[in-house]
Parts: sequence; structure tokens; C-alpha cells
Amino acid sequence: MAELAEKTEAASPRGEAAGTPAVKTVELTKRFGHTVALAGLSMTVPRGEVFGFLGPNGAGKTTAVKLLLGLLKPSSGEGWLLGRPVGDLRTRRRIGYLPELFRYQGWLSAAEVLALHCELAPLPRSSWKDEIGGTLETVGLSDRANDRVSTFSKGMQQRLGLGAALLGEPELVFLDEPTSALDPVGRHDVREIIRGLASRGTAVFLNSHLLSEVEQVCDRVAVVDHGRVIASGTMDELLGGTAVRVRATGLTQADKNRLSGYGRIDDEGELMTFANLDADRVPELVASIVSMGGRVYEVAPRHQTLEDRFLQLLDDEDKS
Amino acid sequence: MPPLLVIARLTVQESSRRRLLLALLILTLIVVGVSAWGFNKITTVTRSDGTPLPPEQVSLITSQLLIVVTFMFSGVLALSAAVVAGPLISGEVESGLLLSMLARPLRRSEVVIGKWLGLAALVAVYAAGAGGLELAAVDWATGYLPPHPVELLVFVAAEGLILLSLGMLLSTRLSGITAGVIALVAWLMAWIAGVVGDIGTGLQNQALQNVGVVSHLLLPSDGLWRGAIYAMEPDTLIAAMRALGTAGRANPFAAVDPPPIEFLAWVALWFAIVLGASIASFRTREI
Repeated sequence: MAELAEKTEAASPRGEAAGTPAVKTVELTKRFGHTVALAGLSMTVPRGEVFGFLGPNGAGKTTAVKLLLGLLKPSSGEGWLLGRPVGDLRTRRRIGYLPELFRYQGWLSAAEVLALHCELAPLPRSSWKDEIGGTLETVGLSDRANDRVSTFSKGMQQRLGLGAALLGEPELVFLDEPTSALDPVGRHDVREIIRGLASRGTAVFLNSHLLSEVEQVCDRVAVVDHGRVIASGTMDELLGGTAVRVRATGLTQADKNRLSGYGRIDDEGELMTFANLDADRVPELVASIVSMGGRVYEVAPRHQTLEDRFLQLLDDEDKS
Repeated sequence: MPPLLVIARLTVQESSRRRLLLALLILTLIVVGVSAWGFNKITTVTRSDGTPLPPEQVSLITSQLLIVVTFMFSGVLALSAAVVAGPLISGEVESGLLLSMLARPLRRSEVVIGKWLGLAALVAVYAAGAGGLELAAVDWATGYLPPHPVELLVFVAAEGLILLSLGMLLSTRLSGITAGVIALVAWLMAWIAGVVGDIGTGLQNQALQNVGVVSHLLLPSDGLWRGAIYAMEPDTLIAAMRALGTAGRANPFAAVDPPPIEFLAWVALWFAIVLGASIASFRTREI
């Protein structure tokens, strides 16, 4: 097997200029035995953009990040970060990473963990004090700077990991499920941090299955399922349709199946949500329900949420 | 500081913060104190007629007892090295500790060599410190000092480093507990194979002798232990065993000859091969 992740020379002339994308992949594929974890991922993330990488558990999101960081070796395909081939050591000086499986030296203090990452980054020693102090402040751990990490809750450890990823003002930050251990306040803080990164031009690659979180901070998203990107685009492009919520009684399952011609139904008993249904067809839908003997109590057209769209995409993918 | 030395420092720091060094220090002081008391008792033993043992006999008994104590000491050192090295890489891969570090401009070879250097320094310092303390205690208690104390400590430390290196190589691919157990079993098998080789020497059976030779090549821990024994034996004892011919060489707690220079060169090469294999193995490991 070829050596992983330690290239020091660029293998391709592509994207050497400063204007190159933050992330670019071409047919990036990863197989584990007979299992395809990532199937031909091709995408581009411009610099300064907050990019959401969505998908259900096991879709291949973390595999993609690990491939981009050189922790896994691709089965085929290529990738570039900041214009340099994946695995380039010099590029890693400009990248931050919060792993999904975040774990830090429990026998060090929070400030010592950050100092270690400053040293490995490497950042000039004269800047460490300010970097560490500022980062602890940003992630809300200033008052625990000298406490051992082993005494931290999971949420605090995730905050520390986020802080380590922010050290040295990286040009590109990978955040893999950055709020999985955080409470609502922590999630809000992370969203603010991501917005702050975007405002100073840092590209953020956000892996998440928390759709509301992605919806609030991302410029563009890609939805991945079974290792393949099944949709991508800006939020406006993805959420262009209207969803209609209907509360009705007296419908059998067979009736509901017949109504699926109006679009994918998120069936919650009396409450049904029709994804991506044109508002002009709402009267026709209500007439159909009534003709089936149903009694309609509520009809509420609304903009499609990312969750509506996400579920619809996965449903379409399963059917295909 | 270069990344390699950062990792080495971190490894030493972890041992210190986790109180491994403190535990070893306390245990060593207890063992050295008790053994000094025990060695001192040899000087007070009297014959049946009530006269004390002559100095030559005290030295002989002390040298033999010291070999047994050193066997225990080197065994504990080797076992500890294997147990600590077993999860050295795999433990941090499985826990996720290495994920954020390897996303830094850090080569995997620097992780492997840095961790090895850190633990190797601990093994060497502990072997020199604890072994030196024990020898000083024995000297104080009985007036006996082995003929080659420095060589003794070097061989004991090298045996520990062999187990450390083997455990770390296995740790690049296997879980910590599996790597540690395999390293321990390999160490015991190498010792037993060395004994089989001794029996082959005593019986002048070439096949059995070859078992010992091959085991010394595959895992040189027993060969190094024989070097430690030789460094502890008084010249009179060595002369007496040489006079016995092949029978004098069939003893797992005795060595008639020092390890040949070719074997020592092989040990150096063995370290290079195992460390190189560890780097190659970890470089291709997917995390």
C-alpha cells in the first residue's frame, strides 16, 4: 500500500495560484473491502464559503473528511486542499480540524493541549499566549484554562477541540459534527463561531446531520447518501419549493398512497406534509382528499425546510 | 522543538503525569531496601561450627543470588515495556487522540520514532537508575560488585528496549491488549527457546542448539540476558564452568562466554529493522 498523507511536493500543477478553491475533489472514491464508503465524490468548495456536507449516519461524510486530511488513502480519484494535493504537509499548517471522535490528552490542561497544537501547527512561540488566551475566550473555556482535560465534560472537550481547530487563523476548517455533545447554548455559540470564521474569509467544511444548524450557517450544501452526492447547491437552489402541511381525518392508508401523486408525503397520522408541492395545486389536493371521504381541518403552505428537502432526497434515492 | 522531540517529550510527560514514574520509584526503593537487607544477611550466615563464611564464598553466593534478582528485575522491566508499548500507537488511534494531531504537519514516522524515543529514554534511565541503586545496595551490604556493572546495566536496558520495540511494532496494527500479550508470549518463548538451545549444547545436539540460535536472531532478548549474566559472574566461576566443557554451558542462569560481537551487531540491525517496519506499518495504516 502506498504511503499515506506525507507528500511534501505538489503532484499536480492544478490550483497552485492563490485563487484556487479551498477544497476540490475529482471522483474521490473509498472502498473498505466490498463496501463503498465514498463513490466518486466530485465537488468544489470556494474559499471563504461555509459548506455543509449532509447525510444520514454512515453516508460517507466522515470518510470524505478523513480522505481530504490524508488520514485515509483514496481507492481512486484525487483531491486538493487550498490548491495543493491532499496529504501535503505544508498545507496542513493552514488547516484546522475538529474530528467527530474528539479526544485530547486528559492529563494535560486545556491551555497545555492548545500549546501542544500551537507547537505542532507550528505557530511562532511569541504568538502562543495570545492565541491560546483568545481561543479559550472564543470557545468559552477561559475559566478552565488550567484544569486537566480529564475533568471536562464531553461538551467542554468538544469546545476545546473546536478551539484547537481555530488556532493560527486557518484558511480552511473541517468541523465534523461540531455540536454533537453541546447543549443549545453551545450550539448557538458554535454557529456564531462559524459565522465569525466566514466573516474573516475562512472556508468551513461542516459535516453534520443537524439540518437546522446547517440551514442557519451554510452558504451551500451537498447531500450525500450511500457514498454518493445526491444533491448539491446553494440553499436557495435546494429549498426552492413549497411544502404543504395538511391535517385531515378519515383517510385510509390506500387513500394516502393515492395522494402520493402530489409529492412525497411525510405521514404523521392526521398530519401530512407534502414536500415540494406547488401552491397552485393546493385546492386540487384538498378536493382529492374530500372526494376520498376525508375531512380537512388545516392546510398550511410554507417554505420547504432543509429537513423536508433532505427527507425527500433520501426517499427519492431509496426509490431509485 | 522538532515534532519528533515534541512527541518524545509528550510521551515522557504522560508517564510522569499518570504517576507511572512515581509508582516505579516507590516500588524500586522498596525492592532495593528489602534486597539490601537480604544480601546483608548472607554476611551473617555461619557454618555449622559457628565460623563465618569466607569472603570468597560470600561473593559466590552473592553473585548467584544477584543473577536471580537481576533476572526478576530484567523480567519486570521487559514486561513493563511490553505492556506500556502495546497500546502506544493503537490506543491513541482507537481513542481518536491521534486524529487531530495527524491533521497537523506531523509525519507518521515522527510519531513512531518520537514515542519510541520517549519510552526508550524512560527504560534506559530506569534501568540505569534502579539497577545502579541495586548494585550499590549489594555492594554496601556484602562488599561484592559484579565485574562488569556498566555492561550489565546496558544489557538489561537493551532487553527492555527489545520488548518496547516489539510491542510498538505490533501496536501499529493490533489493539493494545493483543500487542502486549503477543510481545509477552514472544519474550517467554524466546527465553524457553534459549533454554532449549542450552540443553542442545549440553547434549551436543545440533538441532536443539539451532533452536536457541534462531530464537536469539528473531528476538534477541534472551541473548542479551545472557550478556547480562556474563557481566555478573566472577572470573573464578567462569573458569570453573569452562572446565566442565559443554555441560558447563547448559545452564539458563549461567554464561561461559560474552555475547559475540556479531550478535551485538545483529541487535543493532534488529532495532533498525523493527523501527523501520513500525514506521512502514503505521504509514500505511488507515485511521
